[in-house]
Amino acid sequence: MLDWIIEFVRGLGHRVNDRLQRLGFSARFFFMLLVYSGQSFRRIHLTIREVYFSGVLSLLIILVSGLFVGLVLGLQGYETLQRYGSSEALGILVALSLTRELGPVVAGLLFASRAGSSITAEIGLMKATEQLKAMDMMAVNPIARVVAPRFWGGVISMPLLAAMFSAMGIFGGYLIGVVFIGVDEGAFWSQMQASVDFRSDIWNGVIKSFVFGVAVSLIAVFEGYDSVPTAEGVSRAITRTVVNSALAILALDFVLTSFMFRGL
Amino acid sequence: MNRKLLDLWVGFFVAIGIAALLFLALKVGNLSAANFVETYPLVAKFDNIGGLKVRGPVKSAGVVVGRVTDIRFDPASYEAVVTLNIDARYRFPKDTFASILTAGLLGEQYIGLDVGGEEKTLNAGDTIAKTQSAVVLEKLISQFLFSKASEGPDKQ
Repeated sequence: MLDWIIEFVRGLGHRVNDRLQRLGFSARFFFMLLVYSGQSFRRIHLTIREVYFSGVLSLLIILVSGLFVGLVLGLQGYETLQRYGSSEALGILVALSLTRELGPVVAGLLFASRAGSSITAEIGLMKATEQLKAMDMMAVNPIARVVAPRFWGGVISMPLLAAMFSAMGIFGGYLIGVVFIGVDEGAFWSQMQASVDFRSDIWNGVIKSFVFGVAVSLIAVFEGYDSVPTAEGVSRAITRTVVNSALAILALDFVLTSFMFRGL
Repeated sequence: MNRKLLDLWVGFFVAIGIAALLFLALKVGNLSAANFVETYPLVAKFDNIGGLKVRGPVKSAGVVVGRVTDIRFDPASYEAVVTLNIDARYRFPKDTFASILTAGLLGEQYIGLDVGGEEKTLNAGDTIAKTQSAVVLEKLISQFLFSKASEGPDKQ
């Protein structure tokens, strides 16, 4: 029995130590990333290329999902609001829920699975085929050449994608509410404008999406860089990217929301 | 993929993103009208503020002239102390009457300013002397029921 307890505690300690070590490594990695960012910005087209891969190629899924989320919000919101005779408030419901929460969070989750996973796969495969080592041998810093552009490409794309998601969702809500169901168009927009505040609703949403962009991009490049350089290791790293990004987004969302919308 | 086409796509992407942000800011969030550039604070004390919220509108003659910025409870007088930020373009006389009103039957609550006739105007930090509390629906209904009950037998 005693042996079993000792074994259990040792296992727990090993796990915690392991996690802490990884956390420390990722913090050092992040620091190095920031240090070498200046170097990589001197060749800005590398970052632009990554904006294309993580941003432009995610456009379709972001816009289509945004539209459908907006359509569903419009239908469900109308269904509930009309019971209280306040179907004109549909605009407020759709706009607030998208700009405050759904826009940044759902766009972040989609971004993690669409772009984050491909970043991890790319860097992981580069590591597995020893391209990173080869760069090092040629005195090209792999963090400045490979990692930093991918990170900044993700950070730049994410707020823009979240804004597009929200805008598309509001358009979806408008389509369902005004065009199909026939909520008064003037009331829809004017009530929305009266209760959505730029500072506290839209800008906070942008800040959220920026934070999610940093978190997802960092997790993606770190998991790729830290992956075990085998086929199995890379596939595990990709899984970890998606799972950890999703957890990080949801946890950060709670923390940010409790700071931003306290007492409102 | 060649560099020019790539730049074109990225430029296109960034432009749509900024357009979406502008759409949110101007069409959804009404950036232009909601923020007052210069404001001055006024204080008003109420017995009961009902459902008044921070950021709620302050209206005079139905026009939004300011916002509620702070609501506190004064433990000395047991009153609610409400701080209002009023657009610096508008000045109100000393005997302005502040009352808490409701937009619609169950809508949001706002502060209505009814202007008096005095020459002197309120300065920054002044307290509005005359106030009227929020109408609490339950009290109103019970008052109505009591008055109905007391006059009931005579009428019939």
